[in-house]
Amino acid sequence: MSVIEKQSVAEIKARNKELIAEVLKVYPEKTAKRRAKHLNVHESGKSDCGVKSNIKSIPGVMTIRGCAYAGSKGVVWGPIKDMIHISHGPVGCGQYSWAARRNYYIGTTGIDTFVTMQFTSDFQEKDIVFGGDKKLAKIMDEIQELFPLNNGITVQSECPIGLIGDDIEAVSKSKSKEYDGKTIVPVRCEGFRGVSQSLGHHIANDAIRDWVFDKLPADAAPRFEPSDYDVAIIGDYNIGGDAWSSRILLEEMGLRVIAQWSGDGSLAELEATPKAKLNVLHCYRSMNYISRHMEEKFGIPWCEYNFFGPSKIAESLRKIASYFDDKIKEGAERVIAKYQPLMDAVIAKYRPRLEGKTVMLFVGGLRPRHVIGAYEDLGMEVVGTGYEFAHNDDYQRTAQHYVKDGTLIYDDVTGYEFEKFVEKVQPDLVGSGIKEKYVFQKMGVPFRQMHSWDYSGPYHGYDGFAIFARDMDMAINSPVWKMTKAPWKQAPKPLLQAAE
Amino acid sequence: MTQSAEHVLDHFELFRGPEYQQMLANKKKMFENPRDPAEVERIREWAKTPEYREKNFAREALTVNPAKACQPLGAVFVAVGFEKTLPFVHGSQGCVAYYRSHLSRHFKEPSSCVSSSMTEDAAVFGGLNNMIDGLANAYNMYKPKMIAVSTTCMAEVIGDDLNAFIKTSKEKGSVPAEYDVPFAHTPAFVGSHVTGYDNAMKGILDHFWDGKAGTAPKLERVPNEKINFIGGFDGYTVGNIREVKHIFEEMGIEYTILGDNSNVFDTPTDGEFRMYEGGTTLEDAANAVHAKATISMQHYCTEKTLPFIANHGQEVVSFHHPVGVSGTDAFVMALSRISGKEIPESLAVERGRLVDAIADSSAHIHGKKFAIYGDPDLCLGLASFLLELGAEPTHVLATNGNKEWAERVQAVFDASPFGKNCHVYPGKDLWHMRSLLFTEPVDFLIGNTYGKYLERDTGTPLIRIGFPIFDRHHKHRYPVWGYQGGLNVLVTILDKIFDEIDRNTNVPAKSDYSFDIIR
Repeated sequence: MSVIEKQSVAEIKARNKELIAEVLKVYPEKTAKRRAKHLNVHESGKSDCGVKSNIKSIPGVMTIRGCAYAGSKGVVWGPIKDMIHISHGPVGCGQYSWAARRNYYIGTTGIDTFVTMQFTSDFQEKDIVFGGDKKLAKIMDEIQELFPLNNGITVQSECPIGLIGDDIEAVSKSKSKEYDGKTIVPVRCEGFRGVSQSLGHHIANDAIRDWVFDKLPADAAPRFEPSDYDVAIIGDYNIGGDAWSSRILLEEMGLRVIAQWSGDGSLAELEATPKAKLNVLHCYRSMNYISRHMEEKFGIPWCEYNFFGPSKIAESLRKIASYFDDKIKEGAERVIAKYQPLMDAVIAKYRPRLEGKTVMLFVGGLRPRHVIGAYEDLGMEVVGTGYEFAHNDDYQRTAQHYVKDGTLIYDDVTGYEFEKFVEKVQPDLVGSGIKEKYVFQKMGVPFRQMHSWDYSGPYHGYDGFAIFARDMDMAINSPVWKMTKAPWKQAPKPLLQAAE
Repeated sequence: MTQSAEHVLDHFELFRGPEYQQMLANKKKMFENPRDPAEVERIREWAKTPEYREKNFAREALTVNPAKACQPLGAVFVAVGFEKTLPFVHGSQGCVAYYRSHLSRHFKEPSSCVSSSMTEDAAVFGGLNNMIDGLANAYNMYKPKMIAVSTTCMAEVIGDDLNAFIKTSKEKGSVPAEYDVPFAHTPAFVGSHVTGYDNAMKGILDHFWDGKAGTAPKLERVPNEKINFIGGFDGYTVGNIREVKHIFEEMGIEYTILGDNSNVFDTPTDGEFRMYEGGTTLEDAANAVHAKATISMQHYCTEKTLPFIANHGQEVVSFHHPVGVSGTDAFVMALSRISGKEIPESLAVERGRLVDAIADSSAHIHGKKFAIYGDPDLCLGLASFLLELGAEPTHVLATNGNKEWAERVQAVFDASPFGKNCHVYPGKDLWHMRSLLFTEPVDFLIGNTYGKYLERDTGTPLIRIGFPIFDRHHKHRYPVWGYQGGLNVLVTILDKIFDEIDRNTNVPAKSDYSFDIIR
């Protein structure tokens, strides 16, 4: 495909603008007006992408977004492995999100570790009518009896909780008291709150602040001797092992990672984080709140980084090292040099197979911008991108550091828009989620899930980039895409005629 | 460094390297405040005991690893079985993202569905405006022939009235007045996805048969010779419905499949995305009122739908997800009795082939003990099949099964000498099953993908039959109904049995006898 590489930027911009105008035609007038604000063609030099974001999805348009519960239970809290997270309400939310996010961890599941389990209060009609607080209290007792090695409990509220007026805070407090100050965290992440997963992240961050940090005794002795090189990884969910292939680099450069938030994380790590010298923040969107809080309250600086692809990894290692002394700065250079041959070999192998290929993305969190560098390291070009639940600060970062002039930008894209955009732009690869995967594959467009890494990974770090490159190659260059049209249905190729 | 460009290691192997192993051990020791390994081991062993089982079964409030989902999932599953129908779920939008993901992960297919995206203001003022805008947008964008509405628990808790809302939306011009918008209230805090299937199916039939919510005359039933068929919530819908059509056609019976989603969950990859494909035509859905009878393959998916149909004067017959010889016999004999058509020789031959296969293989299944969990009807169908194979369905568990279901399962046990030591567990979850497998071990476990945790913890080999199956591909394309379906189930069970025998006899100079070439 790659029809656009022959076009000038001006032509691309004109085409993209036309495309936006065209998709808007399908909507009733009021909706078209609202959707128009979320679609744009990026103009280089602008401070943001020129789209509205973090506002309500429009009913009936097939938004790809999820809810606050998904942001709290599914993203922030769920991976904390030694705590039990109760999906509080009807059975469905916990069921559909059960072990679906590939937050890898090590532990004895069901005994001292609980990530891939579904704990729910399974609300029935009587719980809606009479309230669920007594049931919740009893659930906590039953958890204590049957799972005695749990290190804490969180209550992940589903929609009905806030609507029926339950007091989960009171239940949590009283049970915490009963169990000798056990960490029990009520989280008000009912699915109708906010406009997407995003508010759920914020609520979950605040719950850590209020129910973990603020409950720590000021004189609590640290469990380990602090060092000058202590950092915490914030906003890495260890999907396919991402946090591990990141942690190894930080440790190799001489830092000590005292906590992972929250992939393969534990309550002890959350509690230790205020002792860090620097918080390194990967997913800004979901955990900037707690990073800012720790900066204000404990004076811990935070630093955004990007571990997708060698260019951004090297840049990030140097940026992180700049907060420390020469030993760490030298460490960063040593790590970059150590992996250079591997990166050279990966690029030598895959770049020729991927050079010039175009990509359209639609993902959540940090990925609609963060992965662009990794594609560019492989000679690929991201021609369209958008976020499920970004705020304007995400679009600023995207515009200022990542996207090229003329890139098609679509915020909270609808099923219809995305399908039409891909149909017209004809990228060589689409990177999005499970709900989009089969739509585009049916269309004959190679696809990678960029939430779950399509069951592969890790993609972070140097080790991860090798896998990323392999996966993009196998998606695009799979022989299957040559077979989507039956030979008898393909347009006849012009016959070669012998010169007379 | 273990990673290489030549041989790229991903998560399967990468983290087993010494650098990562050292790193992870250090992380645990230094920062995780880990429990004493001896204590972990003690609790792990304790959780296997009868004492733990007793405490576990004494649970009254907590549910751990349930084998059921919520109502709207079933409603969405029904809706896509009708011609060019878009499911519309009124309530919070996150729910719809979940249903779509869940169905896509099982079928490896797109799953189209819209939400009315209700947020905090709708929680206060009600979701009428969301319905008005949502119907208008969905109608214009996706050009459905019908929009089938159901609800999330949010809309149910605040008491939104679908009938009134849809009426108002039509008055406001969201969709034309005569446009089909059937609806069903599907509260997540009542029943499970099979209940949602029932409510949505009844809602659609009610719409077409009983006057389209007061906007058209009720249909006058003029009985004909057709038979309606309802499959129920079924992870094997693609293979099963095709198999059922084959049986109807062999018998020469005119039929209507109500909620035929066998094609929409099995579209080709040929360059075109089909949001809608196949499905019961709206005309057929309406004309289904005239049928002679309606057959439901899953009783618990049609507890309200069948009485509704019976009230219109049809005979109704329900089954419990029949699997195997006797189950299929009962199904085809019912078809024959109702239609007055003889069962053709071709089906007798298919039956004979299944019996032949059972005769060839039953020695390997006979006397083996199985634990089964799943939806209530599936459990009944599989238990019956195991009994006719001479196996024992020792534990049969359905999180969404009730006491009345348990009595039916008990009756199945009582009818076979192999059912003597078998027990049924209504309303229990997979953490209960874990205790059962430790305290009363069986040879094999039958269940969905989540059974893999039980397999890992208890060592009971898992045979994947049920919904959802996320971690094996394409099983939904093969029927489990009909004589052909019985053969597929038989082979699925046998494959695991033989694999296990091989796995347990493959250590050279230790356990290599019985590692046989011929079985």
